[in-house]
Amino acid sequence: MSTALTTPTTGSRNAVAAPALTQSTSMLSDVFTVFSRELRPVLRDPFSVVFSMIQPLVFLGLFGPLLSGFPGTGTGSALQWFVPGIIVMSCLFSGSFTGSNLLFELQTGSHERMLVTPLRRSALLIGRALKEIVPMIMQAVIIVAVCVPFGFELHVAGVLVALVILAVLAIGIGSLSYTLALASKNQDWLFWTVQQTLLFPALLLAGILLPVDDGPGWLRALAQANPLSYVVDATRVLFSGEIASVTVVQGLAAAAAVAAVGLFTGIRAMRRSS
Amino acid sequence: MTGMNSTVVPMDTTMIRTQGLTRHFVVKKETVEAVRGLDLAVQRGELVALLGPNGAGKSTTVRMLTTLIPPTAGSAHVAGFDVVRNQGEVRRRIGYIGQGNGAGHQQVGRDELTSQGRAYGMGRKAARARADELISALDLAGVADRKVATLSGGQRRRLDIAMGLIHAPALLFLDEPSTGLDPQNRANLQDQIVKLRAEYGTTIVLTTHYLDEADSMAERVIVVDHGRVIADDTPARLKAEHAGDRISLACGSDDDARRASARIGAFDGVDAEHGRDRVHVRAVNGPELLPELLRRLDADGIRVIRAELARPTLDDVFLNLTGRSLREGGAEPAEPEPPATSTAATTRQNQEITA
Repeated sequence: MSTALTTPTTGSRNAVAAPALTQSTSMLSDVFTVFSRELRPVLRDPFSVVFSMIQPLVFLGLFGPLLSGFPGTGTGSALQWFVPGIIVMSCLFSGSFTGSNLLFELQTGSHERMLVTPLRRSALLIGRALKEIVPMIMQAVIIVAVCVPFGFELHVAGVLVALVILAVLAIGIGSLSYTLALASKNQDWLFWTVQQTLLFPALLLAGILLPVDDGPGWLRALAQANPLSYVVDATRVLFSGEIASVTVVQGLAAAAAVAAVGLFTGIRAMRRSS
Repeated sequence: MTGMNSTVVPMDTTMIRTQGLTRHFVVKKETVEAVRGLDLAVQRGELVALLGPNGAGKSTTVRMLTTLIPPTAGSAHVAGFDVVRNQGEVRRRIGYIGQGNGAGHQQVGRDELTSQGRAYGMGRKAARARADELISALDLAGVADRKVATLSGGQRRRLDIAMGLIHAPALLFLDEPSTGLDPQNRANLQDQIVKLRAEYGTTIVLTTHYLDEADSMAERVIVVDHGRVIADDTPARLKAEHAGDRISLACGSDDDARRASARIGAFDGVDAEHGRDRVHVRAVNGPELLPELLRRLDADGIRVIRAELARPTLDDVFLNLTGRSLREGGAEPAEPEPPATSTAATTRQNQEITA
């Protein structure tokens, strides 16, 4: 065999030199390595993104029409009120599912393999979380494209600002899902139980399916404590073409809070991972 | 290859040094001492097998040496760096092939190899070139562009090895590399490892519970039980010291057996005992002793109908050291007699532990 499988290395008596092929990496390049690895299966099989948004599309097609003329859904068409919420919903669904990919890699051994490389622990989390932005944008574009022929009014500038807020939210929800996956190593029922238990309350209390404004006081209080509510409100305002609004700032702040909590717990869990 | 550096390292470099390396786990409020005070030194270029039953502490030891888990007490230096304080330096210098599949099942093999190279700081081009090299060296050309989930167990294992070698580490850890492989793939894998060691002087530490694997590949076998090293030597010396050869004779009558036993027992350093028409002999130099014995017994008019020689296996070593057999998962007391089939020696050496 003429191919070199390993190369001799230099070193002092005590410290063995790193193999000649090894270079130290920056945080940025670590994040990019992880990000592009995560993205590859998505790009190779874009249909998987569509598959994960079947539920939002079902709600859009079968639930949305029921909202026509429903009190609290705004002055425009029901579609105009419902679509922004559905986009947040698909972000919530695919973001909260994404930890299952890591959970699988925790069980097969590829996560362990990566833990032994020089990749920074924080990059292993951040790179994965950043990848969530890509399917989120693909899903948002698909939903908007599907709805425009049915009379959905497109305000491009507002939609673009909304995507920035949703990107921040996607990072946060993805990070929380990864945190849950890391905590569920060797007991994957825990991941699915917690994910399913939290998903629907978060959905209902964000006023995505039905407005919560006319609900009882306790439910409105819970909705107010739910950061998703602010993101949904901000998305609705932006999708109606209004950008300079306090609601938008509140939505961005709420998304940033979710991202901060997600990244903090996620990086901590990744550092403790073995 | 890019950045090749041909400066040779002194052969006395200690690749691994541990002092009192200890790891406890708390399982249901009970402390399990997985590794207890391990003192170990591995020099550059050694091929070392950690052998022991499941739960002996082999994998825990490797997981500490590869920075996956911190020790509870004691210290370990790997490639000259502390595994707790200088994790990054250790990680850059070692390769690790774990028990599971290193490649993500949704990924394509070639992509995984390239991103593994990127993780070690290789440039995009260098990583691709290195991936190509390893794909051909490990005979992965036909499957490297397929999704990992569609590969066979042997193909995935070769891909794991390629990933562990992407940065050409001078020290390679393999945790139960051949578990779950069929005999042919096991043999191929062993060839790869031996070749790696022979051609590039890679220091290799592997854990195994396959006796024949430790026996045939490793120049040094460290037998581990209950988190402690109970023996540490070449397979040949371990067997000579702790087991010895066994000769089993079937005689023409019970009386012949009794006389033969007495006659053989008079030899220097040879133990013999008899039961009915059988004589069981233990000695270190079985192959030389057996013809000599037969000549002497024949001269004394003792009729021997059948003679068997069983060379010791590492299982015999483990049995003699612990009173338990590795093959039985270390749970049951071992049989006092060797198996009575004429192919005993070969079957015993090829036994695997099924614990």
